[in-house]
Amino acid sequence: MVMGSNMAENHPIAFRFVLEAKERNGATIIHVDPRFTRTSALADLYAPVRAGSDIAFLGGLINYILEKDLWFKEYALAYTNIATIIEDAFQGAEALDGFFSGWDEDKHIYDETSWQYRGQIVPSPMAEHYSRQGHPEPDKAEESLTSGPPPTDPTLQHPNCVYQIMRRHYARYTPEMVERVTGCPQATFLQVAEAITRNSGRERTGAWCYAVGWTHHTTGVQMIRACAIIQALLGNIGRPGGGVLALRGHASIQGSTDIPTLYHLLPGYLPQPSSTHPHGTLADYMRVESAPTGLWHNFPKYIVSLLRAWYGDAAAEANEWGYGWVPKITGDHSQLPMMLAIRDGTIKGLLLMGQNPVIGGHNTTMIREALPNLEWLVIRETFENETASYWYKSPEALRGEIRPEDNQTEMFMLPAALPGEKEGTFTNTHRLIQWHDQVVEPRADIRSDLWFTYHLGKRLKELYADSTDPKDLPIQNLTWEYPEHGRIAEPSAEAVLREINGYSWLGREQIASFADLKDDGSTACGCWIYSGVFPRADLNHARSRRGDGPDGPGTHLNWAFAWPANRRLIYNRAAADPEGKPWSERKRYTWWNAEKGEWDCLDALDFEPQKAPDYVPDWSTRPHGMDALDGKSPFTFMADGKGQLFSPSGLKDGPLPTHYEPVESPVRNPLYGQQDNPATKKWESADNRYHTVGDPRFPYVLTTYRLTEHHSGGIPTRLVPSTAELQPEGFVEIPPELAREKGIANLDWATISTARGAIEMKVLVTERLRPFAIDGQQVYQIGMPWHFGWEGYATGDIANALTAVVADPNSSIHEGKAFTCDLRKGRLRRGDSEASGDRDAVASPEG
Amino acid sequence: MVERYPTAIPPRALDYTGAIMPQLMPDEAELTAGLRIVPGRTYGFFTDTSLCIGCKACEVACKEWNALPAANLGLTGESYDNTAALSATTWRHVAFVEQISAGGARVTAMQPYQSNWLMMSDVCKHCERAGCLEACPTGSLFRTEFGTVVVQQDICNGCGYCVPACPFGVITTSEVDGKAHKCTLCYDRMKGGLEPACAKACPTDSIQFGELGELQGRAERRLATLHERGVANASLYGAPGTPGTTGGIGPLHAFFLLLDRPERYGLPVAPTLPSRRVRPAILAGLATMAGIALAAAATFMGEKK
Repeated sequence: MVMGSNMAENHPIAFRFVLEAKERNGATIIHVDPRFTRTSALADLYAPVRAGSDIAFLGGLINYILEKDLWFKEYALAYTNIATIIEDAFQGAEALDGFFSGWDEDKHIYDETSWQYRGQIVPSPMAEHYSRQGHPEPDKAEESLTSGPPPTDPTLQHPNCVYQIMRRHYARYTPEMVERVTGCPQATFLQVAEAITRNSGRERTGAWCYAVGWTHHTTGVQMIRACAIIQALLGNIGRPGGGVLALRGHASIQGSTDIPTLYHLLPGYLPQPSSTHPHGTLADYMRVESAPTGLWHNFPKYIVSLLRAWYGDAAAEANEWGYGWVPKITGDHSQLPMMLAIRDGTIKGLLLMGQNPVIGGHNTTMIREALPNLEWLVIRETFENETASYWYKSPEALRGEIRPEDNQTEMFMLPAALPGEKEGTFTNTHRLIQWHDQVVEPRADIRSDLWFTYHLGKRLKELYADSTDPKDLPIQNLTWEYPEHGRIAEPSAEAVLREINGYSWLGREQIASFADLKDDGSTACGCWIYSGVFPRADLNHARSRRGDGPDGPGTHLNWAFAWPANRRLIYNRAAADPEGKPWSERKRYTWWNAEKGEWDCLDALDFEPQKAPDYVPDWSTRPHGMDALDGKSPFTFMADGKGQLFSPSGLKDGPLPTHYEPVESPVRNPLYGQQDNPATKKWESADNRYHTVGDPRFPYVLTTYRLTEHHSGGIPTRLVPSTAELQPEGFVEIPPELAREKGIANLDWATISTARGAIEMKVLVTERLRPFAIDGQQVYQIGMPWHFGWEGYATGDIANALTAVVADPNSSIHEGKAFTCDLRKGRLRRGDSEASGDRDAVASPEG
Repeated sequence: MVERYPTAIPPRALDYTGAIMPQLMPDEAELTAGLRIVPGRTYGFFTDTSLCIGCKACEVACKEWNALPAANLGLTGESYDNTAALSATTWRHVAFVEQISAGGARVTAMQPYQSNWLMMSDVCKHCERAGCLEACPTGSLFRTEFGTVVVQQDICNGCGYCVPACPFGVITTSEVDGKAHKCTLCYDRMKGGLEPACAKACPTDSIQFGELGELQGRAERRLATLHERGVANASLYGAPGTPGTTGGIGPLHAFFLLLDRPERYGLPVAPTLPSRRVRPAILAGLATMAGIALAAAATFMGEKK
């Protein structure tokens, strides 16, 4: 099942394995997507859906599974919270017309109190355990979670058990409603429903792949949640051939969340301390961020080891291991609001590494107007990108609207090395940390990002060495000793990986796994989930290249290293039935070996090796951590060890996925009175206007995407002839029905506009796009790749000049996959541009 | 695809289990394509369009390895095809054919494997009897020790006779150096024990490289499997006794599994070798001359009367 992804085009190497599953096992390939793509061409079933309507489709599947009683009962009853009873005060979207209980209209946030298990407070398994909603109260959570198991009704009759709540919640997501909201014909929807339910049970599993087709929505997190619910109901998590597979968009983007480039995380998904949370002292921070039960109970070991790695000898119990030197965030500092802060003059300097926000940012019209506010801008890139050249090469610069001589920003362009010019690791979709060596040394003054970061740090330490100002302590106390080698004094990437793996503080011995980490300062570890990748000073597991032969087992444990603990399949206790037997011989993976008194697994086991299937916590001892999870609880990151069909904490927009329309939609929400996600992050302003529902000036749904032939912001491919020629110009794809209505022929020019901007593109007329009938209304959807700009051989207007700064409340990700626009035949009128845009009036193309 | 690695990971794979390569890998094709390349045997491509995802990695790998310039045609408007045709500078070309509608409505349920948006990576066929080779007056075009057809650039004089002689429109002359260029089946790589660049780069094994006889057997079995699985319209093009081999050309060393009629992909249904057309053409010419002569004779004789 591929949904929210154009897998064949954007993950062609991974798609090899989809085709292999078809070859070997006759797998059925299903593609659910707004467009017929190269993925659809290889599928058996293609279900067209309007962009942004995914939860209606997925909710329809949940409804189908529950009402036809096709869920995998042995699995879901034992391993998920389907039988758990929720607080009496809970009310759902069907009772509150699109809201859940706890909504605070003034603060625009939910209070999660009524979403809790009856009598138990359950912290979120996500990194941000302490949610901004003001809950959970850590002491109450500890008290309630260590005194007994969650309240359940295994007969599923209790009106407030998760099963009954879900049945009520999804009752209105009927096949008829799916067709009304998504435009997908009922017959096709039912074919998909039959295919996925047929493929569930002891003998069979199914996998779902998604990518940014789900994340780039104001309801993106809940789309993925809906998929997780389906997979948990069908018994497809923690079992071979199952899973919810997040296809990562480019090389090592997984690595850049593990050891994050994200503002709100420390390495290993530990929350960045925040000034708006009770994070004042390390003790407070650990108290609210550790979960009393489950694996996150170990949180103090991970954070103290990280602080020891960062601050070395300067860290001590007396100074909270240097916790006070870690900067605290004051709000949302993700990319979208960062650009607004540049516009508003709050941010004065910007350092970009591998980013091209003039192409890849959102409402880039506004971004280009904001960038001149910077005092300085540093860009490390392989080529000059649009963000580096906007001030003298952009259309508005060429028209004289921006004058280079007026630019007050001090600009630095630093040449960056390509992958073959440096050593290091990639961590991709499958969590495999794979080492690669340097092939050639970079020429001239080209340097790796590691070189730049290391030498910048070294110079900063020199600069502040004699300072007595306490605010310089974080730099003074930072451990920053890595061996250098060669002509350019390149730091050793292996030394960095050794530190990431972790070591004992006194003996400087590499540790073997995160189970060895301590919260007393005796271990140092740069990223706890990577522990084990470098278990001995002379063993870099990321270098291993020994695959399994045809006799199996196919987990390839000696090929590189998969975090955590070299585990290829997370939650793999679920690959055995509740009694510990394999679900079937065909799906044999994990089983309880009663003779040995421990688990056998073809993989690195994700469970306590000696915890028997019939283990029950002794509640009289107030068990904590893993001791509080019984032998039938595979989901060890959850406080109760169960898959969360219903999510009591951590989500900003509700415990169950609910269909809301995109912020910009041509139709009213057919399901609820509430139109869009009430918790959406909105930043509306004169230069960032949103379209109202059904605005006749912007009647078409626009979805943006990538092409196989280009890489994201386009710098690595638009500047290389052999890839540039393959998709040499920007274009907009429209269905023939719309083309006829507009009198537009293939390759004609068209002007596309929103309240943020207007651009021109050549038109590809194609049946791969189709009109939808949504709630009795004809809706046209058009599509546009967003790779293009003015640099390089393959050029075109910037699609993201049209998008709005608006975001999912959980992830702060934009809604570039579904918004509305106008489309007219003809080029932009001279003087109009993507930059001067369309803020007050719609552009008048010359036709 | 599975058959490409029929029995085991090649035993030699275990010689390279570290990330550091001790030296250049000898006979690399043994690891990437499952065979050792030996002079005197005949090699080719089997391009199975049922597995093609239209990613064009073959085009890029070909241009990068052979240092070919970009075609720079701009947006053609022909689906996602912007290199348009095989030429002196494009030796692999992926054709895109959209047929999203069936019976007036756009499809939702489809036969397995590729369908409704056809994608096919075209290439020089390295014909058993090659028109270009026969037409070449300088001996620049020759048959290699691997059974492939290659232009020797230092001998080619740019006469262009090979261009109309190719029944598939593969070979053209370059605007830069005036000489004829086309796919060499990576002659240089094969000499070094390496699989051709396009086949190695293909992520789904739509392009398979191997010994011709072995590939032909593999293609027959693949065709049977597809027919079993309900892909009724699958057929071979260029395998012995199939379209593409007519007119004296014989089996194509680069042959295809197609999912529609050859002409949908721009392949000729019944190509012929130009030399086969010489005799009929001469005879036709002679017949015409004879006819004119007879007519003239008749006229003059009539006048005499």
